[in-house]
Amino acid sequence: MSEATHEVHRHPAPTGFIRKYIFSIDHKVIGIQYIMLALAAVIVGMLMSLLMRINLSWPGTKISILGTLFPGGAPGGLMNPEFYLSLVTMHGTIMVFFVLTTAPQGGFGNYFLPIQIGAEDMAFPVLNMLSFWVTFVGFIVILSAIFLSGSDATVGPIGGWTGYAPLSALGAIAGPGQGMGMNLWIISIAIFCVGSLLGALNFITTLLNMRTRGMSLMRMPLTCWAWFTTAVLALLSFPVLLGGGILLLLDRTAGTSFFIPGGLYVSGVLSGSNPNFPLHTGGSPILWQHLFWFFGHPEVYIAILPGMGATSHILATFARKPVFGYRAMVFAIFAIGLLGFFVWGHHMFISGMSPYSAIAFSVLTLSIGVPSAVKTFNWIGTLWGARIRFTTPMLFAIGFVSLFVAGGITGLILGQSSLDLAMHDTYIVPAHFHLVMGVASIFGMFAATYFWFPKMFGRFMNERLGQIHFWITFVGVYSIFVPMHVMGLVGMPRRYSSFAEYEFLKELHPLVVFVSVAAIITITTQLLFYFNVFWSMFKGKKAGENPWEATTLEWNTTSPPPHDNFAGVLPTVYRGPYEFAVPGAPKDFLMQADSTAEVTSGNGHNGHKH
Amino acid sequence: MGRVLAVIIWLLTLLSVAIFFNKKWWLPPAISDHAPALDRQFMLTIIIVGIAFAAAQIGLGWMVWKYRDSGRADDRGLYTHGSNRLEVIWTVITAVVFISLGVMGQRVWASLRLNDAPAGSYSVEVVAQQFQWNFHYPGKDNVFGRTDPSLIDDSAVNFIGLDESDPNAKDDASVTSLVIPVNRPIELKLRSKDVIHSFWVPPLRFKQDLVPGMEIKVHFTVNKVGKYELACAELCGQNHFKMKSYMLVLPEDQLTALSALPQEQFQAKLQELLNNTPLAPSY
Repeated sequence: MSEATHEVHRHPAPTGFIRKYIFSIDHKVIGIQYIMLALAAVIVGMLMSLLMRINLSWPGTKISILGTLFPGGAPGGLMNPEFYLSLVTMHGTIMVFFVLTTAPQGGFGNYFLPIQIGAEDMAFPVLNMLSFWVTFVGFIVILSAIFLSGSDATVGPIGGWTGYAPLSALGAIAGPGQGMGMNLWIISIAIFCVGSLLGALNFITTLLNMRTRGMSLMRMPLTCWAWFTTAVLALLSFPVLLGGGILLLLDRTAGTSFFIPGGLYVSGVLSGSNPNFPLHTGGSPILWQHLFWFFGHPEVYIAILPGMGATSHILATFARKPVFGYRAMVFAIFAIGLLGFFVWGHHMFISGMSPYSAIAFSVLTLSIGVPSAVKTFNWIGTLWGARIRFTTPMLFAIGFVSLFVAGGITGLILGQSSLDLAMHDTYIVPAHFHLVMGVASIFGMFAATYFWFPKMFGRFMNERLGQIHFWITFVGVYSIFVPMHVMGLVGMPRRYSSFAEYEFLKELHPLVVFVSVAAIITITTQLLFYFNVFWSMFKGKKAGENPWEATTLEWNTTSPPPHDNFAGVLPTVYRGPYEFAVPGAPKDFLMQADSTAEVTSGNGHNGHKH
Repeated sequence: MGRVLAVIIWLLTLLSVAIFFNKKWWLPPAISDHAPALDRQFMLTIIIVGIAFAAAQIGLGWMVWKYRDSGRADDRGLYTHGSNRLEVIWTVITAVVFISLGVMGQRVWASLRLNDAPAGSYSVEVVAQQFQWNFHYPGKDNVFGRTDPSLIDDSAVNFIGLDESDPNAKDDASVTSLVIPVNRPIELKLRSKDVIHSFWVPPLRFKQDLVPGMEIKVHFTVNKVGKYELACAELCGQNHFKMKSYMLVLPEDQLTALSALPQEQFQAKLQELLNNTPLAPSY
């Protein structure tokens, strides 16, 4: 083994509780902190969706606890329209930022990227700690947004997660939900941007500089490629949102007019005629949309790329086969990341922007389907000729592929400018993006949790509970989101707190109720997952170093890994990441760091049979 | 377990395709000249989407059904790292199909949005506000009177800020429902007084945001008389869900008589017509 390893310092773990668990600079602890943050945030986000479904399906339902918590939003427990809209806003913001951006990247990326490339920690451990704590502060601020009743005695911001100006820019004059809650919404997002930037810098530097001996780029697990590309997207897109957010806050508080045009007449008051509504002139509402979506579209890929990486990783492990088309998978991740920066205008076909640019955005949008399809083909190719072990993580990874196809493919409809004339802002849009960026990403994270839990805590999660969790959730999410597509065909608009005003929406009522029932069942089922996570930490079946017979470096160290990951001895890498079923090898898997096997030719990336 | 998973994937696929293609919930009957082309493009797209969706799910299910681990140590998976030929084939095929679809998907858009309204179009100014629609008619002179936000006076029912001193404004009217002639190109000049709203009439297959600070001109032709619900499709605040109006499509001679009336009578008569006209069936 002397050639196979190189000695470095041992770094003992800090001993004080605070340095060890709270303000830790250990990427593993920080990763778990991010995951815990996401687990907390997703409960809040799910409860909000539950309340929204109850309001849509059974209007008039009184929930007394709501009346106590939000006297302004649900007097006597009865939700009013503005409270519904602030739930829409909070649900979207919490889910997109504090769940879909934290768990996949800050959580699992933080924990496993350094270990998978054979590093002792992140490049900038203190920055890493700051990144988490800044994000945590952002979460506290967004939560306070819905609890802080402003002078307008309302609850929470109203603007959807996109916060379109000038509604979001005008302040309390524009109605309920535009007071202090909206300021806090913007501040929270700005804080989040800073946290994500710190994280992104760290990921990129670590991956480029700290790979262990033999870990060439094309020997990295696909998870690392996904986290790396995600970090690049975050580095380039979050500053734009941060800038936009600062301008929006200035419009609201400093009397500037970046997004507010002249001559507005709001709530019976002309701009400039009254101290409550200062003079604004020359701003552009569409500018906010450009800034927001320049960030917002890459954000979709920030949410799903890590799930794609985890899925590739887990599919290969339990298929007992190399990833099909590793090199094509890497190029597809790049292509998605790159094209992701040129398609933001497909959110804005009918916004009033130039109809010529709509054509360019539309065709580019359809072409982003190509690398997405390539990934799907390669996932199915990975399963071809496999020897599949149906563990819970594998079920969720297969579920990811199914849901990614189901959710992604309607992008071919929504991406066409002509069809968007009918589809825009109807229920087919939330149906599409919930399936693909919401549920598929979360399935990637479920797969990751069940897969890496034994490494993180030295114990398995309960397999039986995990399987029940999978079956109900898989059928449940299809039942929730597929019917929403046809609601969109009929023309049901998004962000309506009630459908009672429109005759043409009445025929959809049975579907609305069906979706709500499916949502209640699916959300309740998630309790099994929470129970499983916390129960298994202490009572789960003990797991060894490499319980899944996997190949990558995280399985070359103890479970859980020591403070410096490899106990002072960094591994050397001899081959590609997914060398399963190598002919002539003693076992059906060859670990990356295994120097003893006679077969070292399997690079795992040559794109043809050996 | 693989077989159970395969069957469930296939069942979900079948049900998903079925809920679309039984057409119980579908696009409402179309009423505009551009709608048939849009609907054809939609059908083409959804058939391609349906086939690709079903093929991928059937393939995924088939792999899951077929390739189980036997648990025997000597029984290994296929050792392959992929196939460059397959990568090229499926990349090229999907690129051709998706990008062609994308290019075809510009036709209706281009016909509606890359050119001005045809000469002789019937013009209406649409002025949206939190949570009301206003429709400004130019009257007999066919010239819109000047408007100015500083002249808006809600108590005097001057929601759009019409300048009464402008001679062109003398015969103008502003009403709260849209009434347009059948079979004649319509030009809407869309504006907003406060925040972004969106003009949405589902059977029209047409939607456009109304953005404060901009006047956005759009055009289309309606070919069926009737009364249709008009909704706001962009979140505009608390009562977004009830920012509702109607679009009434009339034979042109009937409309000419109506729009020649002074504002109050125009509004009253329009309301009477709306009350007496049943809503066009939405499916």
